[in-house]
Amino acid sequence: MSRYFTKDHEWIEVDGHTGTVGITDYAQGQLGDITFVELPGEGSAVKQGDSVSVVDSVKAASDIYTPVSGTVTEVNGDLDEQPELVNSEAESGGWLFRIAIADANELGSLMDRAAYDAYVAGL
Amino acid sequence: MSECADPETDDGAEAETWVLPLDGWHRELGARMVEFAGYWMPVQYEGIIAEHLWTRESAGLFDVSHMGQLTVSGEGAAEALEALLPGDISALKPGRVRYSLLLAEDGGILDDLMVTNAGDHLYLVVNGATKWDDIAYLREHLPDEITLNHLDDDALLALQGPKAAVALGRLGLVPDPGDLRFMQVGACRWDDVPLRVSRSGYTGEDGFEISVPAEHAAALAEALCGQPEVKPIGLGARDSLRLEAGLPLYGHDLDPQTDPVSADLAFAISKKRREQGGFPGAERILQLLADGAPRRRIGLALDGRMAAREGAVVYSGDSEVGVVTSGGFSPSLQHPIAMATIDTASAAHGATLEIEMRGKRLDARVVPMPFVPHRYHR
Repeated sequence: MSRYFTKDHEWIEVDGHTGTVGITDYAQGQLGDITFVELPGEGSAVKQGDSVSVVDSVKAASDIYTPVSGTVTEVNGDLDEQPELVNSEAESGGWLFRIAIADANELGSLMDRAAYDAYVAGL
Repeated sequence: MSECADPETDDGAEAETWVLPLDGWHRELGARMVEFAGYWMPVQYEGIIAEHLWTRESAGLFDVSHMGQLTVSGEGAAEALEALLPGDISALKPGRVRYSLLLAEDGGILDDLMVTNAGDHLYLVVNGATKWDDIAYLREHLPDEITLNHLDDDALLALQGPKAAVALGRLGLVPDPGDLRFMQVGACRWDDVPLRVSRSGYTGEDGFEISVPAEHAAALAEALCGQPEVKPIGLGARDSLRLEAGLPLYGHDLDPQTDPVSADLAFAISKKRREQGGFPGAERILQLLADGAPRRRIGLALDGRMAAREGAVVYSGDSEVGVVTSGGFSPSLQHPIAMATIDTASAAHGATLEIEMRGKRLDARVVPMPFVPHRYHR
């Protein structure tokens, strides 16, 4: 499995043709206390860069963009009752949705961990 | 990830962001600093919800030094100020504070402010984002013999929460500000440092607002945060606390297009002024008082967890009836709340409305404000 990152601070963990998407620990730290997550509809077809989800913090709402194109296969139902999981486990239990990846070539436009860490360090 | 709407971190205006006296103190404590009203300000330390709840149960220290502290003095200062405000300033007793509104000629609200009778002068606290406009407006409209001073060498701290009085009491101020009641003010000394202390605030809790010479601000903040009851609190929680307290925020819930009656701030128009008029927009405002305003600022409690934000349209059935002026998740109530300006016909308590957010309709109910009861020391 490999994990990729976007400049908008989403991560995607790729396992075969399926990706699990969330926001990075850096992102949750910037957003602050998360109070609600609006998840995409299961079965919805999305294109790379589409705004597919919204994370509400006490302070503001933030769009979440899908790192790749595909079809949403599953959303993290735990977030309905515990949106704060995105704060406490941003890069694990606080995942947002799973996606059937339409075109694996799109992953080439994303960063690996080292590149993302360097990117964040420069912000 | 990108922020949809966050006026506090709008970094478009990076031309000149000013530094306040406690800037280094905040940064040492690990505050996240944002540009607000032209200044670097702490938006949060450990997290907005934790800071919010701490203030409600113990005491929080807020740096509000971006706000404008002004004095108005000279023979007839109260009367001169009354020509611009709807409050009964000339009847304000020494040592008393009153909430008032700076009004434009058409009765629109230019700012909301606190006016104190400090004995030989009036002391005003105005909003940070509007203070330069306020100063210009006051200079233009006050008679030449009235002196307006901007106390820009003074910092302003707010200590808020049920344990504020206990914590402040341990600093040994003379005289003890614990004897003040809500909306009273006194000159105190902290050792050799002169302070202006008022029992007031913007959270709905008991608490104090303390004006302190800038060079002593860090020492005072340090002494207060050295008390076990007190933690520093950022602007983020200041906003969620004032929202729960039903207190409007200028530039969001109030603006020059809003009159005091529509803003549900008619209490700021004193009895004498209602009878005598003589303040800007009096004709229009007194007419609105008599007839009722067509729109009104109200509180909304939302179902679910998705917050309604400023600018969201409010519906009654298919009809557009108003707009959200501020909204967010209430840490104390654990559901979203909002203020909105809506048609008076839809504004009755208990009325069920809908708010459109990102293509969805959220169920909302008109509820009395404050959302969380005030606990002032009266």
